[in-house]
Amino acid sequence: MEKQRDNNHPHICVIEKIVDETPTVRTLYFKDSVLANVLPGQFAMIWVPGINELPMSVMVSDVTDQAALTVRKRGESSTALYNLSVGQQIGVRGPYGNSFKIKNGKILLIGGGTGLVPLMRLIKFANPSNHITVLMGSQTKNEVFFEETAKKLLEKNSHDIVPVTEDGSYGEKGYVTDVLEKLLEKNTYDGIYTCGPEMMMYKTVQMANKKGIFVQASLERMMKCGIGICGSCCVNDDLACRDGTVFDGAHLSQKSEFGHSHRTKSGILEEI
Amino acid sequence: MDSILETTLGSLTLKRPTVLASGILGISLDVFNRLHDAGAGAVVTKSLSKEPWEGYPNPTIFSVKGGGWINAVGLSNPGAENFAKMIEPNNDVPIVVSLVGSIEDDFEYMIKKFENCKVAAYELNLSCPHVAKVGLEVGDDIELVSKIIKKVKSITNSPIVAKVGLGKSDYLATVDAAVSAGVDAITAINTVRAMAIDVETQMPILSNKIGGLSGTPIKPIALRCVYEIASKFDIPIMGCGGISTWEDAVEFILAGSSAVQFGSVMGDNWVETFGEINSGIQKYMERKGYATIGEMIGKAKRQ
Repeated sequence: MEKQRDNNHPHICVIEKIVDETPTVRTLYFKDSVLANVLPGQFAMIWVPGINELPMSVMVSDVTDQAALTVRKRGESSTALYNLSVGQQIGVRGPYGNSFKIKNGKILLIGGGTGLVPLMRLIKFANPSNHITVLMGSQTKNEVFFEETAKKLLEKNSHDIVPVTEDGSYGEKGYVTDVLEKLLEKNTYDGIYTCGPEMMMYKTVQMANKKGIFVQASLERMMKCGIGICGSCCVNDDLACRDGTVFDGAHLSQKSEFGHSHRTKSGILEEI
Repeated sequence: MDSILETTLGSLTLKRPTVLASGILGISLDVFNRLHDAGAGAVVTKSLSKEPWEGYPNPTIFSVKGGGWINAVGLSNPGAENFAKMIEPNNDVPIVVSLVGSIEDDFEYMIKKFENCKVAAYELNLSCPHVAKVGLEVGDDIELVSKIIKKVKSITNSPIVAKVGLGKSDYLATVDAAVSAGVDAITAINTVRAMAIDVETQMPILSNKIGGLSGTPIKPIALRCVYEIASKFDIPIMGCGGISTWEDAVEFILAGSSAVQFGSVMGDNWVETFGEINSGIQKYMERKGYATIGEMIGKAKRQ
């Protein structure tokens, strides 16, 4: 038996499978009973030894006690994680943060890019009686991913999966928020959940708040400690890592920084 | 309402003796307000430098198996000027501005940026253990400590606190130099130089390799330092190092602290820590029949 683990100390895991999702996004699978069972919205700090440590939402796997990370190669650190091979090691600490409150009835998930990761986990935790609409945003056809994953996870739920591409090369054309706007003209929902680019979340929260629909967003900020003491991830008086990352729309509408500004590595507030 | 908790350090009066230690949560005025509402008697900012610093890459902090935390954040901060602008609207929260620099002119430059701010005190970081040419490297240089404090005292009327730690020199010599140069109070101690190696990857975990140990493992060391300083010098002290309960706080006060600073504890508990420690101290005082914090300070001193 594994000794009681200190979740704030990096725990070493070995990559055992890699799946390419798009030309720039892949999912790395590894055995870890702690991260495999985190709540939707929770994240972990992922150490790429010798490179950096970055906050990542934990992707679902259909293998028991297997966790996964879906990463887009972008900066130096995410590219280093992306470039790892099967057999290489990462350190994980966490899980950190709170989780989505899943309402009964009709719920809508709206995400873009790797922001879909916590929403896939949300589906896994949803009630079989939930009717689930998933809006999946991306720029173009070859950047669409998780459509099959979502279908599989939604087998037991009545559902609609709506891919949306900015250039119209696949699914609906435009921004996911345009599609949401149209849907909200005719439908109502018991809950809306969003994760992805901040402007997408900002518009989603505004629209839901206007209609009086319960909405939650999972925010991303510069993170160093993950445990609420370094202060890097603050959003006004909240710490994304500790008070979030999931916040209610009604709460976010009181925060001047949401949708407008975030902090740099040195802690300077800058416009998004 | 809780005036029983009021404490004074020279010309600095705090409504409560619990103070947020430097480096913790110190970059947003909104967060300072939240901590003040939660019971903090004062907050110490992150150590500010002349220019913004990004700090080190992650990992910058993690827990030690068996207790405590190791960090090397690398003094990331938005720089004195940006920070001063951010806290300019503040009127309610006693903000202790922590400064880090290499020579006396650095400190003069930074203090001038705070002309339009309400500053409760300046805390000079003479003890950060993981950044070159500042912090402990300055604190180890007794003559430089003296020059910096004399310069700073000549340009501001705000109380000046020197934060000392365990470096290469005898920290009591640093305290002696600071007291002789006219410092108003001492904060003791900073984190203690430390590291951890991951045995699977065979690598130091911190990107900077070496960092500082904080949390409960250093509490007895910090307590000993406070006791020693209080025994040798007539100077107000803010005890700092591993304080996580009201009993720890009382221990430091009995050793000679007028106030206590903490931060790592909030990695486990959260901002409620301030209220819990305040009410614990107050209940202890009522039980023991103390009317003021002052009556308790240094009570454990023995000849």
